[in-house]
Amino acid sequence: MAAEISYSKPVADWETRAFWEGCGRHELVLQRCRDCQTVQFRPRAICAKCLSSDIEHFVASGRGTVYTFTVTHQNHLPAFRDACPYVLAYVDLEEGPQLMTHVVGCDPQDVRIGMPVEVEFVDLERDPAKDASRGIAAGTAIPRFHPS
Amino acid sequence: MALSRDLTGKIALAGVYEHPTRWAPDKTELQIMAECARGALDDCGLTLDDVDGLFSAGIAMGPMGVVSLAEYLDLKPNYIDGTNIGGSSFVAHVNHAAAAIHAGLCEVGLILYGSTAASNSLAIGTGMGGAARDAAGSFVSPYGMTTVGSYALVAQRHMHEYGTTPEQLAEIAVTMRKHASLNPDAKMRKLITIEDVLSSRVISEPLHLLDCCIISDGGGALVVTSAERARDLAKPPVLIQGCGEAVCHREIGSPDLLTIAARQSADNAFAMSGLGRDDVDLCTLYDSFTITALVTLENLGFCKPGEGGAFVEGGRIGLGGALPVNPDGGGLSSNHPGMRGIFLVIEAVRQLRGECEGRQVEAAEVACVHGTGGTLGVAHSGATLILSKA
Ligand SMILES: [Zn+2]
Repeated sequence: MAAEISYSKPVADWETRAFWEGCGRHELVLQRCRDCQTVQFRPRAICAKCLSSDIEHFVASGRGTVYTFTVTHQNHLPAFRDACPYVLAYVDLEEGPQLMTHVVGCDPQDVRIGMPVEVEFVDLERDPAKDASRGIAAGTAIPRFHPS
Repeated sequence: MALSRDLTGKIALAGVYEHPTRWAPDKTELQIMAECARGALDDCGLTLDDVDGLFSAGIAMGPMGVVSLAEYLDLKPNYIDGTNIGGSSFVAHVNHAAAAIHAGLCEVGLILYGSTAASNSLAIGTGMGGAARDAAGSFVSPYGMTTVGSYALVAQRHMHEYGTTPEQLAEIAVTMRKHASLNPDAKMRKLITIEDVLSSRVISEPLHLLDCCIISDGGGALVVTSAERARDLAKPPVLIQGCGEAVCHREIGSPDLLTIAARQSADNAFAMSGLGRDDVDLCTLYDSFTITALVTLENLGFCKPGEGGAFVEGGRIGLGGALPVNPDGGGLSSNHPGMRGIFLVIEAVRQLRGECEGRQVEAAEVACVHGTGGTLGVAHSGATLILSKA
């Protein structure tokens, strides 16, 4: 039986903080350009299509489908070594963008491309002093997906 | 914009050298690079004094690594380029050297690479990444994506869309090993079968151990100059007919993982050369993994998207086949010291000169070279060269 992955804390900056703080509230937060309606990921302060700065954040449905995946059997890094095999995947969100993530909650051998999945969040322990230096004052979590 | 054809046929690869070492715990990286410089300059009959352009990149080299290299060689070139776009860097350096020489910014460009990746026990494929170091990387690093994994994501999608099989991928590894068996310098020379590949352990599904390149030490050097100057040098010049570069990345979150940088860089390079895919006698391409070779062949335009599996079957990319690929055995079997782009150029030049003995492609007149750098499933670069005999 594979061990649980001990997720490392993300580093956030002004442009990505809303995403990670959203994860802390168990919300998958995406961006939309108010000028050209483009939904973009990863988060940016500027719309990559029209260079507008008029960006709004919204909470995505958290539903998507597996675009591709790989069952990872070997990773030398301590955080992942004992968690093999785990499923690394790209998930196409209903709103358009694609996220790199993990698919959990089923046998790795049962994961299929096109499989409908839903987001879940793994809370990370808070450390107020250090978290601020990583750009995330509020709590955060790592988004991953399970079969819906 | 269509690229200018102004430098087509005017710049040459005059000297090349591949370091024979595959294991060099007794050498430093700078030492390997200097030994390669000596080899390539000897190859064409020039000396360090002739060099006025220096190009290099490396895994261990920092952003100012090319400055340290200049100091090591006691060089004060007029043109310096430390572009690092991953393993394809050295193919791109040829493009950059050609442009600089054509523009009159330097006359003799020296491109160097050296690495002790193997003797430093660098776990390139399955030990990189991990903890988040910056905001952009934080969307990848929590998930333990290995280098192998990023290519496996592409392989899985290719199999899903086109029905590509593990056997077809395995045949690429088998062919590369067959080529390596004919290359006395290759690291892995014992023949393997499709069954050997499929029964080797799975690293990241659907890629097995033998779908992955080896890790070695090594290095290489290229000397680039004008076709005019190259005519009077020791070896027959190989001419640059076309070149191109490109990047692919996650865009704003909707990449098509099966369209890789090679599409853009090769379309430009072929257009510049005035040559077609049918004119190509051999191809040297970055085979970091079997899937890399397969999607690269599709994106270079040698077959249609989805046809790569059938294209590599039946020995078609082997010596004597329709399009021999990596006659030296490639990264899968000859050498892979962290970054491999320079060896793609060296092998193509040596094939076009007709000096490859046991692995020589008959009547080789035109070669297509393509380097891929970075991680295919996340962000990568591509650089293409179309080379010909003078
Ligand atoms: Zn916009």
